[in-house]
Amino acid sequence: MKLRKGLKFTNGEEVTADNFIKAWNYGALASNEQLSSYFFEDIEGFSYEEDSELTGLKQVDDHTFTIKLNKPASDFAQRLGYSAYYPLPDVAFEDMKAFGENPIGNGPYMLDGEGAWQHDVGINLVKNPDYDGPTEAANGGLNIVFYASQDSAYADLLGDQLDVLDAIPDSAFGNYESDLGDRAVNQPAAIFQSFTIPERLAHFSGEEGNLRRQAISMAINRKEITDVIFQGTRTPASDFTSPVIDGWTDELEGSEVLEYNEEKAKELWAEADKISPWSGTFQIAYNADGGHQAWVDATTNSIKNTLGIDASGAPYPTFAELRGKVTDRTIETAFRTGWQADYPGLYNFLGPLYATNAGSNDGDYSSPEFDKLLAEGVSETDPEKANELYQQAQEVLLKDLPVVPLWYSNVVGGYGEKVDNVKFGWNSVPLFAEIEKKSE
Amino acid sequence: MAVYILKRILQAIPVFFGATLLIYFMVFAMPGDPIAGLFGDKQPNPALLERLRAEYHLDEPFLVQYGYYIAGIFRLDFGTSFSGQPVADVLARTFPVTLRLAVMAVGIAFVLAIIIGLFSALNKGGAFDNSMLVLALIFIAVPIFVLSFLAQYFLAIKLGWFRPTVGANNDWGDLWLPAWVLGFSVYATSMRLTRASTIETLGQDWVRTAYSKGLSRRRVIPVHVLRNSLIPMVTDLGTVFGVLMVGATVTEGIFNVPGVGNTLYQAIIRGENPTVVSFVTVFVVVYVLINLVVDLIYGLLDPRIRYVTT
Repeated sequence: MKLRKGLKFTNGEEVTADNFIKAWNYGALASNEQLSSYFFEDIEGFSYEEDSELTGLKQVDDHTFTIKLNKPASDFAQRLGYSAYYPLPDVAFEDMKAFGENPIGNGPYMLDGEGAWQHDVGINLVKNPDYDGPTEAANGGLNIVFYASQDSAYADLLGDQLDVLDAIPDSAFGNYESDLGDRAVNQPAAIFQSFTIPERLAHFSGEEGNLRRQAISMAINRKEITDVIFQGTRTPASDFTSPVIDGWTDELEGSEVLEYNEEKAKELWAEADKISPWSGTFQIAYNADGGHQAWVDATTNSIKNTLGIDASGAPYPTFAELRGKVTDRTIETAFRTGWQADYPGLYNFLGPLYATNAGSNDGDYSSPEFDKLLAEGVSETDPEKANELYQQAQEVLLKDLPVVPLWYSNVVGGYGEKVDNVKFGWNSVPLFAEIEKKSE
Repeated sequence: MAVYILKRILQAIPVFFGATLLIYFMVFAMPGDPIAGLFGDKQPNPALLERLRAEYHLDEPFLVQYGYYIAGIFRLDFGTSFSGQPVADVLARTFPVTLRLAVMAVGIAFVLAIIIGLFSALNKGGAFDNSMLVLALIFIAVPIFVLSFLAQYFLAIKLGWFRPTVGANNDWGDLWLPAWVLGFSVYATSMRLTRASTIETLGQDWVRTAYSKGLSRRRVIPVHVLRNSLIPMVTDLGTVFGVLMVGATVTEGIFNVPGVGNTLYQAIIRGENPTVVSFVTVFVVVYVLINLVVDLIYGLLDPRIRYVTT
């Protein structure tokens, strides 16, 4: 890693290799209990169990350091845009807690004085006058406001008290486009939604399982659900990743299994019944505090009406409870899952979710063929060839369907009349530095 | 009288402990792992999970956890939320806002209830009385969130008379819109109580005596009639005040009032014991105090009620 010379934090300190190395070591150290520590797990020296230094980080001089990984990860460079990898000024390590209240960075913005972050209220940022990088702010600063509910934020947007909103409430999906006109934003985001059918569920393993999974996938009318329930703010899935990622394609072999096909669904289900007749109810578990009831009910009704079986949603009161049962593997039904990309790479949607024993492989899927293609992809340094290998890996997933892909979420937002040039990035966050405030 | 007040305050202490123990147990018994919930859709590494659980003492038995919490209370340390904020700070920030909103709403409801209740009673059976009763029925029937959305959309967004939301750094003036909405949605019951008890009082002997002594209506109504009619209504408003302190979650969400309601709701969903129990503890204390004040007000309103320890 070669750093540009002469860049400064807003407190005057220079940004050196040491700032990166110390920051990454802090984030990775087991006793610091950082929620984002998993971003460092590919660096040599990392350990979850005990405090261990990242021996893979070696400083060459003030502006250069090398990173040694403990496994192949050809898209590691792509990951470095994430905030877990930011450098921290020396003053941070003197008192991390205090630093956390008034963070100091080297980006286009800085806090508007001490205490500019009022918890649960808002953050006031002003333009960093010493910034010398590629994303210079086109505005003088940002006032970030935290709202108790999306509805109240939307009310403020309509009442001209708010300039940019990055989440239109579900209740306004029907009218936000007419309310905002061309100031409405509805574009794909790097968010994938699905439901997982664990391997150990009765009737869903082996050849019978394959037939049933495909039948269920073809019994869901994704287009109808995204149009009616989501008012077009979701896009039916044609693979396991997201359209904003480089290398995405909707022409994978076997992707017809993601299209609604009543006759084929019935046919496959009947074939599965020949192997072992179906009994019981097909349920999809979800957390009731997340607003999922409508689509789960629509999906299970679609399955019920097409296949003629009993199907329904299984609500859990809180997200914590649902995840608890999923993590312990005590859940007895299919369950909703989703993934938001950490960085814009195909591997991020595949490796952590479907590789054998991967961290977020909730259904315990395991396929040597898939693992092999994935490993080849992540060792391949040519991005185009790597993406091709990832496509082939997805084709294996389309045959096995460890999860049933549903749709990609869009970022649905809007902006007011006092601002211009509001665009959203691949990660659903507005490109703040490009927003222009119109002169009065 | 002072002894009476002291006795009441001392009686509150076992209530305090009982309530906190009960709430702590209920949040503790909620299924699900709150720490795993912090990671969202990503599954945390087991070693990291263990460390975080140990930090919040979640791996200890219930009574040990409760013990840590109570020990903290005596040091005035109300615990830390999962986001790292001291709960005492969160309380100090949200509580005054909800308090202000509740006081304003109850104040509005009080004034509306007295005026409308009194005049309805005096006009019993007449056009004013009947129309006020129908209006009261509508306000009792219409859910609070409907009233809130309608008021926000028409009065704030369309007409621009108020700001659509409250936001932070607010003072009394910013809370008018949600206070009016809350006031209107709760005044109806108090109004009907005032009306009923005024009608009853108007038929009492002492009112007839007052008139026959030659006192004017202007004197009799406020001094003799109203004072005696207020008792049921004050009780009701005491209860309403308690409810508003705790449960104006929906209204606070719609108007973005940074008060207790939404913070508590989020803490419950996340299974955050220190926050939930600390808030409930404060509510219990507030509620006990309100009850005490209401009882003392009875003494002011009805001279026959005296608090003497025998």
